[in-house]
Amino acid sequence: MSGFPILSVLTLLPLLGGIMVVGLPDRKLARSFALGFSFLSLAQALGLWHTFKAANGGLQFVERADWIPSLGVQYFVGVDGLGLLMVLLTAIVVPLSLLVSGRVSERAPLYHALVLFLQAGLFGTFTALNFFHWFLFWELSLIPAFLLVRLWGGPQRAPAATQFFIYTMVGSVAMLLAFLAIFLATSKPGGAGVFDFIELGKLAARGALNPALAAKLGWFELTGRQIASVIFGGVLLGFAVKVPLMPFHTWLPATYAEAPTPVTMLLTGVMSKMGVYGFLRILLPIFPEQIQWLRTPLLALAVVTIVFSACAAFAQRDLKRILAYSSINHLGYCLLGVFAVATAGANVLAPAVEKAAALNGVLLQMFNHGLTAATLFMFVGFLEHRSGGLRGLNDFGGIRKVAPVFCGLMGIALFSSLGLPGLNGFVGEFLIFKGVFPLAMCSAALSVIGILVTAIVILTMLQRVFNGPLNEKWSKLPDLTLAERALVVIPIALMFVLGLWPRLILDVINPTVVQMVEQLKF
Amino acid sequence: MTWIVKNLWLIPALPILAAGLSSLAPQRCRRFSATLAIGALGFAFLVSLCAFAHTLQPGGHDGAKEVFNFEWLQFAAGDPGSLKLGWVLDPLTAVMLVMVTFVGTLIFIYSVGYMAHDENFTRFFTFLSLFAGAMLGVVIANSLLLLFISWELVGLTSYLLIGFWYHKPSAAAAAKKAFITTRIGDVAFLLGMVWLYSQTGTLLFYDQGHGCMEQSALAKMVVQTTSVGMAVSTAIGLLIFLGAMGKSGQVPLHVWLPDAMEGPTPVSALIHAATMVAAGVFLVARVYPLMGVHAEGAAVETTALQVVTWIGAITAVFAASIAVAQNDIKRILAYSTVSQLGFMMMGLGVGGVAVGMFHLITHAFFKSLLFMGAGSVIHGCHEEQDIRKMGGIRKYMPVTFLTYAVGMMALAGFPLFFSGFWSKDAIIHAAYGWSVSHVPFYLGVAGAFLTAFYMTRQMALVFWGDYRGHGSPPPPHSKLPQLIKVKSELKPHESSRPMTVPLVILAVCAVGLSIIGTPAWPWFQSFLGSHHGEGFTYEVIKIMVASTLVVFLGLGLGLWCYGRPPRQTAEEPDVLVKLPLGMHTWFARKYGVDELYEMTVIRFNAWFARACAFLDEWIWGGAVALISYALLGLAWVNRAFDELVINLGFDQGCERVSRGGQFMARLQDGRIQNYLRVIGVALVLLVLFLIWGGAK
Repeated sequence: MSGFPILSVLTLLPLLGGIMVVGLPDRKLARSFALGFSFLSLAQALGLWHTFKAANGGLQFVERADWIPSLGVQYFVGVDGLGLLMVLLTAIVVPLSLLVSGRVSERAPLYHALVLFLQAGLFGTFTALNFFHWFLFWELSLIPAFLLVRLWGGPQRAPAATQFFIYTMVGSVAMLLAFLAIFLATSKPGGAGVFDFIELGKLAARGALNPALAAKLGWFELTGRQIASVIFGGVLLGFAVKVPLMPFHTWLPATYAEAPTPVTMLLTGVMSKMGVYGFLRILLPIFPEQIQWLRTPLLALAVVTIVFSACAAFAQRDLKRILAYSSINHLGYCLLGVFAVATAGANVLAPAVEKAAALNGVLLQMFNHGLTAATLFMFVGFLEHRSGGLRGLNDFGGIRKVAPVFCGLMGIALFSSLGLPGLNGFVGEFLIFKGVFPLAMCSAALSVIGILVTAIVILTMLQRVFNGPLNEKWSKLPDLTLAERALVVIPIALMFVLGLWPRLILDVINPTVVQMVEQLKF
Repeated sequence: MTWIVKNLWLIPALPILAAGLSSLAPQRCRRFSATLAIGALGFAFLVSLCAFAHTLQPGGHDGAKEVFNFEWLQFAAGDPGSLKLGWVLDPLTAVMLVMVTFVGTLIFIYSVGYMAHDENFTRFFTFLSLFAGAMLGVVIANSLLLLFISWELVGLTSYLLIGFWYHKPSAAAAAKKAFITTRIGDVAFLLGMVWLYSQTGTLLFYDQGHGCMEQSALAKMVVQTTSVGMAVSTAIGLLIFLGAMGKSGQVPLHVWLPDAMEGPTPVSALIHAATMVAAGVFLVARVYPLMGVHAEGAAVETTALQVVTWIGAITAVFAASIAVAQNDIKRILAYSTVSQLGFMMMGLGVGGVAVGMFHLITHAFFKSLLFMGAGSVIHGCHEEQDIRKMGGIRKYMPVTFLTYAVGMMALAGFPLFFSGFWSKDAIIHAAYGWSVSHVPFYLGVAGAFLTAFYMTRQMALVFWGDYRGHGSPPPPHSKLPQLIKVKSELKPHESSRPMTVPLVILAVCAVGLSIIGTPAWPWFQSFLGSHHGEGFTYEVIKIMVASTLVVFLGLGLGLWCYGRPPRQTAEEPDVLVKLPLGMHTWFARKYGVDELYEMTVIRFNAWFARACAFLDEWIWGGAVALISYALLGLAWVNRAFDELVINLGFDQGCERVSRGGQFMARLQDGRIQNYLRVIGVALVLLVLFLIWGGAK
């Protein structure tokens, strides 16, 4: 490892940027500074992607230093394929979001600073490997998000932001308590406990975690396994709210709908991935036994998430709410993949291959959904701007006639979300189903209903908004401007590239996934 | 490996490239776009011919498969985690390639004439090219996944082209319906595919003995059983067949195909008659080894093939009977297509790949001919599609009439000279020899009869009699030139050259193709590698005579009903209304399948969606609200306790302090005289104190 603390710089850069931007007096200046910083981060993330030694698969760019020795807290950062992919996604979505934030005029410096703080929190979350500062960053990302919704959101922003904050806060508190319990249980006499994710994963793989819990935490005479389940429940709640897993999702539609569109892009593009990331980084390695034990109900919840959210999307009449529910649906596939691998797979011909397929699919789906959903919200933002705030499913009609480029490009993004082969969405979904089907046949078979209903939802949207006779009200609706075209062309091109040549990502994440599968002991 | 196998990808890549280029072209580049599309597909046709010639070479035939595989992505460790795609060149591919590129090129040329006045001309050719590329991808794929990818793209382009006139609500709805109905099948297809993948570890069809359609993989699957006692191979085969049913419009997933006629007529000819809808049949032919694999020692037909046969046979009659009572010229042809696709499926089920595929190829030619002829008629009659308002067109559109008649004869199965006769006869013959049941044979015969009948009806109503549209046309030699001029604009007129030339070429093919598949010289069957070599045996001739009689019966009855005398006005009721039991109404209403779906599936979907939304808003959301209200209530209680119990004492204390403060404040009100007064009093007191204290 080189001595240069490149991941710390990655996290500190937007933090520094935020501090600088918040003091700037001028809107334009703040905007260009924030954009500059986000592009710097993007360049850095691309550099990381480039220098990352993919074949290795393990943690790289590791920095480790004692922080609070008495508590055993180390500053420990590093990325593997998973972390790196999320860093890259964050680095791509944040500048996109900032680029469409040009219409924010009130307290613009503060807005841009908050976005940069959020980015710092995300980078920190995706690189930290010690619970202590990981949790700091996890919370750090929540607060700017709350403020962004609360201060710049739509008419119903106050309840939405509060709901969002309290929901995720409850999850966070549950998780914090759970980790404190683990910390206490793993502390040696006179020494400190373990906060280190990697270390905890090893403990769990050795089967040493449950006995330690039983010995140290004598709660109501519960066995180690039961205590572990309670703790697992706490952590699960934290992540389930974030993803979200039904029934912990009710904050999401309101928040996505009320947040200003660039912030919705961040929420759905990156923040929703924090939950799935947590499942992969923390829950699967540290609580394999509990996940396996609760696998059937968890799979059922994942299926319910997939099917119900798709159906609920069909009943919505607000484009943003439709996309919000569709977002839940897409992340449901990720959870389906995560839960499905939590089995020994004794009756499967090649369990390791299927698990790797499912997990690779999950990772791809995270990235692809981030890209596609952010792009879709961007389009809705354009539409909302043109229509003066209207974004109902039935407010438009036939606008393909006056805005063919807009409709064509948004159509591509919509079909990517639908999972059309040739575009990015398909590869992830295919790999997830390829892996999940042999591991959990019924769940996979039921989940395809979600695919079908998503298609209905998206085609209905195309039919009502783009097709049909032109609604005379919009006969002057302007098509995409050149600047907007230049902006959307980037994610659209990425959709094609990743759909046709998914190796760009898979070659980097596959070694990591293969290692993960090897380390998972069921 | 030869050049042609290595570069087979060029065939789909050329049209896709053309589509990409013309999608970037602005709307005004009409000529550029059309030339590009036709050129690319024409070139693909030439390459296809090379590929075809290659399969004809000695040593390269008899079912030989030449493949080219490559790794697309790596999703797990080692070789099992490598996902390969590839293409295959075998007779099946070669035949389809030539058919699709040839018919496609003709339809592209026809479209130049048909779409000449459309403002989105450029976009139309973009979509057409993309379609052709995707369809050719389906044909060359050596991997079920590559086939699926192309398959979905075909579905997408079909969606785009059906909804090409998107401003018409009916077109937009039809496009959506087509996509979703086929997607139902595709979802099953996807499941079948991942199941197959997990069973065989590969999705390549042929891979030097390791492919999923090769013996070792099939033998493994056929001995395993699922939880319901079905062989795994059968279950997978049926799931894949569901995909084929969606695309090929088999009952009960046929409802989208007639509605798809909302698209421009060239689209109907290309996609919804000749190629895409046949993709389902082609898929079954491609995975035929899987569908037909037997367990050791079993001699009966496999369950999968039985299902294919039954679905096909039922579809053939079901759709043909609906076609009898339709009045839209394109809808009749659409139901006819559904019916013929049923024949093809049945042919695959009872007779194997060659039988089904022969009908697919001949049907592609004569049905696209019929559709393009219908387009020509519609154009000539000023966008009129109702056959009751036509009549006598033969006088105005002779070329269209003659070519249409050829297509009609081929479709009806007129004996000996028309390709449709031979291909349909092969199916009926195979059904006759089917070991499981004779019912498909009778259904097939009934279908053949109905086909001859409804085609005669259509011919009679469109081309015979007098023109019934826009009042009666003027006599040819009227002495009122002024009137003629006005009226002649309303008269049907022959179509332009780009539209008629392809018609003629296709008509020649519809006749000429018969020579490659007769029992006398069954070249086609042996080329596809499954011919038994019977020649004109007694049984073959018996079936031929029988089916000839049936066809003549249908033709004769049709003429008797509709040609004698021809229909006089557009309004008079159909002859078949006299049929008992209200049969005509059932036919005309398409047995109410659409209404049934509307009442069940669609309503259920909407209801379920509302239920989900309700659940979300009131149950989950309600639970959250309840918890938050409970917490709020707790907070209120807490506050009340704080204020009433704890704060009360504190407040009283505070009040005393504050009263004291007020008193003190009054002392410091800033009036000098008060201060002086106080100082004076204090001074006096101080003096008194000192005196008193000093005395001490």
